[in-house]
Amino acid sequence: MNFTSESSGKRIPCFRVLDDNGYPIAGSIFEQVNKEVAVRMYSGMVTLQIMDTILYETQRQGRISFYLTSTGEEAINLASAAALSPDDVVLPQYREPGVLLWRGFTLQEFANQCFGNKADYGKGRQMPIHYGSQKHNYFTVSSPIATQLPQAAGVAYSLKMDKKDACVVTYMGDGGTSEGDFHAALNFAAVMEVPVIFICRNNGWAISTPITEQFRSDGVVVRGQAYGIRSIRVDGNDALAVYNSVRTARQTAINEQRPILIEALTYRVGHHSTSDDSTKYRAVDEIEHWKTAQNPVSRFRKWVQGNGWWTDEDESEFRSNIRKQLMEAIQLAARKEKPPIANLFTDVYEENPPNLVEQERSLGETIKKHPQDYPSDVPL
Amino acid sequence: MFGIISHKLVASTAGGSPGQPILRAAVLAMMSNYSTATKQIMVREALNSALDEEMAADPTVFLMGEEVGEYEGAYKVRFVNSPLTPVSKGLLRKYGPQRVVDTPITEAGFTGIGVGASCHGLRPIVEFMTFNFAMQAIDHIINSAAKTNYMSAGNINVPIVFRGPNGPAAGVGAQHSQISSHWYSSCPGLKVLAPYSSEDARGLLKTAIRDPDPVVFLENELLYGESFPVSDEVLDSSFCLPIGKAKIEKEGKDVTITAFSRMVGYALKAAEILEKEDLEAEVINLRSIRPLDRSLINNSVRKTNRLVTVEEGFPQHGVGAEICASVVEENFNYLDAPVERISGADAPMPYAANLERLALPQVEDVVRAARRACYRSVPTATTA
Repeated sequence: MNFTSESSGKRIPCFRVLDDNGYPIAGSIFEQVNKEVAVRMYSGMVTLQIMDTILYETQRQGRISFYLTSTGEEAINLASAAALSPDDVVLPQYREPGVLLWRGFTLQEFANQCFGNKADYGKGRQMPIHYGSQKHNYFTVSSPIATQLPQAAGVAYSLKMDKKDACVVTYMGDGGTSEGDFHAALNFAAVMEVPVIFICRNNGWAISTPITEQFRSDGVVVRGQAYGIRSIRVDGNDALAVYNSVRTARQTAINEQRPILIEALTYRVGHHSTSDDSTKYRAVDEIEHWKTAQNPVSRFRKWVQGNGWWTDEDESEFRSNIRKQLMEAIQLAARKEKPPIANLFTDVYEENPPNLVEQERSLGETIKKHPQDYPSDVPL
Repeated sequence: MFGIISHKLVASTAGGSPGQPILRAAVLAMMSNYSTATKQIMVREALNSALDEEMAADPTVFLMGEEVGEYEGAYKVRFVNSPLTPVSKGLLRKYGPQRVVDTPITEAGFTGIGVGASCHGLRPIVEFMTFNFAMQAIDHIINSAAKTNYMSAGNINVPIVFRGPNGPAAGVGAQHSQISSHWYSSCPGLKVLAPYSSEDARGLLKTAIRDPDPVVFLENELLYGESFPVSDEVLDSSFCLPIGKAKIEKEGKDVTITAFSRMVGYALKAAEILEKEDLEAEVINLRSIRPLDRSLINNSVRKTNRLVTVEEGFPQHGVGAEICASVVEENFNYLDAPVERISGADAPMPYAANLERLALPQVEDVVRAARRACYRSVPTATTA
């Protein structure tokens, strides 16, 4: 009688391409990234960093109600996006705006959503950072944790039935893997044999819960095998490693019509959100260490600059450019009109039901009767 | 897993409550009064034919749920002399495993998957073995399905149907008898339907499958085996019933009785009894709980001036409460008596047959309520 041990003793090794100083590790096999893609990836990571810094401050100034940064996870964001095709459907959790950035969402579009103005694609219905874009194949961010996982399996089922040359990519954090939906999604995706890539951003913290209190397994990668899913552990702060693993995962998922699990190890440098102060539950030097010594952006920069594809001048010019663009976008977004009040009633159903038509009419009459009580920056 | 299945099956086949054979006989007797009836079909067959036709017409429609495929549905209740068709019978053989998907046991999981599939061009029909188990998936029904069209600003449509038996069966206890009609009906973004007859079942299911919004389709286990007459029009593959429209099953002038699902049969039986006392009840089959056909109900109350609402669910915040509020708000001056609400007992469903009978509305309760509304003196309590 032999009980299989609760732990295999050895941790699953982590795939890396670049060392901490941005040099390719001797003997590592990886697909090369050309200058165009590398520079685009790097500049995307810098843009995301600047976006996070400035929009976080904007919340602190009381100009938007909420914000959530991806600081420390820029490599996962941009490198995974770069490895996908525009036809691949993305179901995010909420810490992946870099994927949308890569696909062409502009700073103005991000700002519009955060300010909930008339140009917001979400028609002012969502909190900030709940981006969504049909034309970019990026599902609208939904707050409940891990609900996107079984939905992703469902979307993948649809792709499989259509025999599309595309896959689904869905993201979650370490905390999200504790949800029942994680179990159901992985189990189902394996049983239904659908092309979906589950990317877990294991960043060490689920708000104030460290991974030591989240699970007893060797992280998330070991769970894949329990469901019959091919899995890999990757250094999430190594842009090239993330790029390579997602590229391979995508090919496998589509050619073999099977799900893949990728655990990307990283660290959540920022607070969980603007509603959190993480210094209350973790050491400040721990945060500092990951912010400086283990920064994925500077690590990739070293490699890109080492290839002669980027210079310090490029850096300062690019950063000041993006900062300026973003500040302008924010000014514009703040000044823009709010969404019209008609948006309160539409899209509850495909067609407005009679009770809502009646309520809208009744509201219109009330506004006409008391125009002085109606805010001037909200169109009808 | 099979142990669980056979337990659920046994629970649903355990001898029906005493009221059942009487009901069936009464319904069948009344149905023979419909002169346009050409054929009798069971509700189960009606649902099966609706699923079959919609799947044939639209290749994006597919069915998923526990036991829907190989096992051909969990409700193959076998009464003597009665070849009963399970709801999903024959569909796997006809459409294959890609379109009739047997799921592992995770309501939250397969509901989420169904929502995801519907967000990207498919039209899933998610079957819950009963709506009791749908409670494990309620986050996906409300937060992922109901709210998504609104929260995505119309970019993500969710044309999904959640169906399955709702409410008490016979001797299945508290965790298998919950009624969910009023919970789902309080949610903007959902449409909630409750068929009674085979005509309702066919017409409403077809409309639900074709509808672009998420629809909760509440069937009734005890009605699956009931036969109803259907005209040729109902059997046509294009037959659809509109959402949001109730049906007057029987016209009357003295008191309005609203009911849905199995209780429509009880209301009709009560109306028969009341007729002998010179009270003509108008029986309304709601068909659609959300949106509620408020204008039809209110028109009826303006005619009769008295209202009795009937439902099997718990009394607080039930469907009757909403109907009562609607009538009081719009036609207060037309009411000649307080509104009477008949509902299930405010307790988890007991198992023992005698207790179960007392915990659910019976025909006598509806009759007494109607008499009270018409100011005929009656005792308010049942006698055991």
